Amino acid sequence: MTSVTEVRRSAPRAPDPGRRPGRVVGHGPWFLVLPALLPILVLSVGPLLYGVLLAFTDAQSGRTEPTRWIGTLNFRDLLHDTLFWESFRIGLVWAVGVTVPQFLLALGLALLLDQDLKLRWAARALAIIPWAMPEVVVGIMWRIVYNPDAGILNETLRDLGLGGDRDWLSGLATALPAVIVVGVWAGMPQTTVALLAGLQNTPRELHEAAAVDGAGAWRRFRTVTWPALRPIALAITALNLIWNFNSFALVYVLTQGGPGGRTRLPMLFAYEEAFRYGQFGYAAAMGCVMVAAVSITLAVFLVGRLRGGEEA
Amino acid sequence: MRTTTGARVGQYAALLAYLVFLAFPFLWLLSTAFKPPSELAGLHPTWIPQDPTLANFRQAFDEQPLLRAALNSLLAALAAAVVAVVVATPMAYVMARHRTGLARAATGWVVVSQAFPFVLLIIPLFLVLKNLRLIDSVPGLVLVYVVWALPFALWMLAGYVRAVPAELEEAAAVDGAGRLRILVSVTAPLLAPGIVATALFAFITAWNEFFFALVLLKTAEKQTLPVVLTHFIGAEGVADLGPLAAAAFLATLPSLVVFAIIQRRITGGMLAGAVKS
Repeated sequence: MTSVTEVRRSAPRAPDPGRRPGRVVGHGPWFLVLPALLPILVLSVGPLLYGVLLAFTDAQSGRTEPTRWIGTLNFRDLLHDTLFWESFRIGLVWAVGVTVPQFLLALGLALLLDQDLKLRWAARALAIIPWAMPEVVVGIMWRIVYNPDAGILNETLRDLGLGGDRDWLSGLATALPAVIVVGVWAGMPQTTVALLAGLQNTPRELHEAAAVDGAGAWRRFRTVTWPALRPIALAITALNLIWNFNSFALVYVLTQGGPGGRTRLPMLFAYEEAFRYGQFGYAAAMGCVMVAAVSITLAVFLVGRLRGGEEA
Repeated sequence: MRTTTGARVGQYAALLAYLVFLAFPFLWLLSTAFKPPSELAGLHPTWIPQDPTLANFRQAFDEQPLLRAALNSLLAALAAAVVAVVVATPMAYVMARHRTGLARAATGWVVVSQAFPFVLLIIPLFLVLKNLRLIDSVPGLVLVYVVWALPFALWMLAGYVRAVPAELEEAAAVDGAGRLRILVSVTAPLLAPGIVATALFAFITAWNEFFFALVLLKTAEKQTLPVVLTHFIGAEGVADLGPLAAAAFLATLPSLVVFAIIQRRITGGMLAGAVKS
């Protein structure tokens, strides 16, 4: 019901473009917007607000008693939930551990693809594979790569005489690094494509002029390429950070959060809380904390970066 | 630009390293899919199966209802792609052509919606869909996929709309064409390639999606391909590698084919969406 009133309220707010000369579409574009706006309000904005409200209730799955308001009890419980904070810490390690190498590797690849190299087409074609693959398949594939006996990783290590009897995904020390490598692999193509697009937008003449003036490759990168690439690099890194922090399917397939919770990302934790134990309210509170964390990190990251840009 | 031979060699070496890193897991998946159980059980697996077999594929279809799951995925993805594009195109048009508060709010929403963890969305969605009796149903899943695909679809489509010169529409208006008429016979034909690319992108997103399908579909007959694929991995994490690899390979093919077709357009769309007029 709320969503309907909201639509009505927002529709007249759109100025009547009929008054503006040169605009073809007049009489308020509400009927063009409605088909998309309605599902967004009902199935995205609405549930999101509902989700925030749920965090302040004791909602549980399959309970017959009515749900009650419990104020900030969920959040106070969460504060003392060491398991959750451990999971939260793992989530941060995972998000940063994936995003940073992802960016550096993607930048390297994008710079190479921007050159006049012969095997470029092959790299471009290959870069599609991780992007197009279902995350579940990526997980399955790397499980096979990491398989202690039939996996290629251990076989290669055996060939090189470096041991090769490790169970990567079950080892307490190796599980998190192992899934981070998969995360980097899976997300690299998107980042590469975005950066490559940015590179191809940088003014070529500037680059050539700098080369004529005798600027070395590093200097040219710092003074010509990077300033032009920065906005895209910032945007894609911020998005990667968010996506990685919220990721679920990869790790669900690879380790299910094991061994001993070493790879239990916050999303997996909240999923289990909600759909295994039915604690809807508590899980919603976790979601709220995750949103808050992401927003604050991003704000700090973006403000810091923007300020850095002014100094440069 | 001058590049020394040494630098060139270094560049090729680096490119080769990237090629290996990107390709080897996929090649290993392929190799595993064609290996007989005897080769998978022993140590020292080889890159090329010594005794290649199709038995894994047959066994995969015997073990899990792959065909039915693929059909479910296909239905959900097709419906989601069509609905998403039908619903998003008019709104993307408004976002690109009008600088109204609504259009700006929509653009803001596209960006903000990327930041929310699904878990905050899925619990209330689960409850809402339950009340609408759309839980554990493919139509319910399609609805969720549409909303989920909308931000990026709007972003891409708005970019494509901006690429269509507004002068064309104005000329048609001067000639006395009505608004709907202009949209249908001037703008839509020029937008068609972009609309197709967006639909295909929405299709892949839905075909690959796992989390919502895992939570929302409980009945085995309704489950989609990614969910069924995870059934190959047993409760203890022990998997029958051959059939698992075979099924995973087959599930990837549609995405790979569609993606190969639209790759250039996606890149173009991302760029077009990013360029502010």
